Amino acid sequence: MAENLQFGGTSLWQDALRRLKKNKPAMAGLVVVIILSLVAVMAPLLSPADPLKTDLANRLKPPGSPSAICKNGVYILGSDEFGRDILSRIIYGAQISLSVGIISQVIVTVIGVTMGALAGYYGGMIDMIVMRIADILFAFPDLLFYIGVMFALGPSIYNIFIALALIGWAGVARLVRSQVLYLREMEYVEAARALGLSDARIILRHILPNCMGPIIVSVTMGIPGAILSEATLSFLGLGVQPPHPSWGNMIYAARAYMLSCPWYSVWPGIAIMVTVFAFNLLGDGLRDALDPRLKR
Amino acid sequence: MTGYILRRLIFSVPVLFGVSLITFILLNVVPGDPVVEMMGKHTDPVTLEKVRDQLGLNDPLYVQFGRFLWNAIRGDLGKSFKTGQPVTKMIMDTFPTTVKLALSSAFVAVVTGIAVGIISAVKQYSFFDHASMILALAGISAPIFWVAVVAQLVFGLHLKWLPISGYSSPKHMILPAVVLGVRFAASIARYTRSTFLDVIRQDYIKTARAKGLAERAVIFGHALKNALIPVVTVIGMQISGLLTGSLLTETIFAIPGLGRLSIWALSNRDFPLVQGIVLFTAVVFVIGNLLVDISYAFLDPRVRLQ
Repeated sequence: MAENLQFGGTSLWQDALRRLKKNKPAMAGLVVVIILSLVAVMAPLLSPADPLKTDLANRLKPPGSPSAICKNGVYILGSDEFGRDILSRIIYGAQISLSVGIISQVIVTVIGVTMGALAGYYGGMIDMIVMRIADILFAFPDLLFYIGVMFALGPSIYNIFIALALIGWAGVARLVRSQVLYLREMEYVEAARALGLSDARIILRHILPNCMGPIIVSVTMGIPGAILSEATLSFLGLGVQPPHPSWGNMIYAARAYMLSCPWYSVWPGIAIMVTVFAFNLLGDGLRDALDPRLKR
Repeated sequence: MTGYILRRLIFSVPVLFGVSLITFILLNVVPGDPVVEMMGKHTDPVTLEKVRDQLGLNDPLYVQFGRFLWNAIRGDLGKSFKTGQPVTKMIMDTFPTTVKLALSSAFVAVVTGIAVGIISAVKQYSFFDHASMILALAGISAPIFWVAVVAQLVFGLHLKWLPISGYSSPKHMILPAVVLGVRFAASIARYTRSTFLDVIRQDYIKTARAKGLAERAVIFGHALKNALIPVVTVIGMQISGLLTGSLLTETIFAIPGLGRLSIWALSNRDFPLVQGIVLFTAVVFVIGNLLVDISYAFLDPRVRLQ
């Protein structure tokens, strides 16, 4: 690795970026992720109506029906059982899904990297305790655990972060630990130690930067899982609470009108699928770009 | 081998203890009084207190947990607050249904997943390869409960081919098994394709081709076996996915399995039942993972279990 850095005159990161740019599916995924993020951020500007505004005279109208509450006068994706604009609710739902996906992964990564680095670097008792806790968390049926946590703490988006973080950090910790175990034996780390650098400095400045590749891949791969978990919990009535829109609770509500208004359940499902699909494409691409040995 | 299995089983004891402890803590944080839930809101406080005493809910928490562990070791998971039946009986009544559902979907998934993965790898970059890999990625991207709803809509309500819920004939199992298998099939297809691509670039495959073997013999005789070994791991990793998925599938299709029971138990604050189900599921995980590792050693003589 070190030689490569010198030879080509390009860094590991530049190489990875070049490989990622050449990967068309990954770039397509990235574009979709950027568009979705913009939609989420600009939701108030983009949505034709207030997602909570009801119009009981226009319940369950098919896509394209005239609307009194939408700025453009049309329910582009139809209206729901309270006459609310489905498109606006999907746009606001993007805020929920993306923030759950990203924020939960940030929490998971911070805890996981800290635990993994400490366990890998110091070994011994710390390692034993951290890894045994990780083993226990791995043996939990995760959805059942999330449901239990939501029952215990009450349904809210913040408690979803907590539920996802409580289990999620263990995977990151295992990954980082295995990397640190390998890196701490490298000569450059020994050199750093011989120079008298503090442990904190060695871990933060010399070891962790070399684990960044796998960490980035694991974070990206974790986002779609978190988005799906939030949707599932909201579908079960344990996540985001009505009337606030989440793609999951929209599908739950739509189930009751499956026969008369099939489109109602289809839109939020497509929204989830496209979002998760895009993150998966990006994740696959990042994995290939950051770890050329895995390139298939 | 026996030593290895024994060691693994011994190592799983602290894990199962931890799982029980965390569940116990979680359940005691859950708001709502299980006794009120059981007896109804208008029961007089004296009776409530009496029932609490009988159930041992007035004992210190560590006593309650210790009692649970001691009984669990002897195979007694207590009685359900809600039905009064032994928890082990309720689990054993529903578990076979879940296993049936999981196995039928696993069968569908393994067969289609491996077939699609191999064809995609052999015809890399063909239309089939691109199309099936996009479909596979869509399969792991779609939330299972939505796939279930759409499947009910299309095959049940519109085409009227299959019943949309219930559990009275084999026909009732088709939709849930396929829905549960989609994600599983998709991940097997992706994994099979990538391991197959790895294997067909190996020297021994080149040798097989060089000595003039027919392509069919190369693929089925030489590549297949080696490519499938890592797939076993993926199948093993999906055991938890199947159980999680069956929770949703059973709830949506109204199948009386362990998954539906667990949601019912949680929403009724039936603590002994929840505690029992979680411990039971964790045991299933541990055994499942162990079986995967053992089968790995059988399939690949290079793997030595220590």
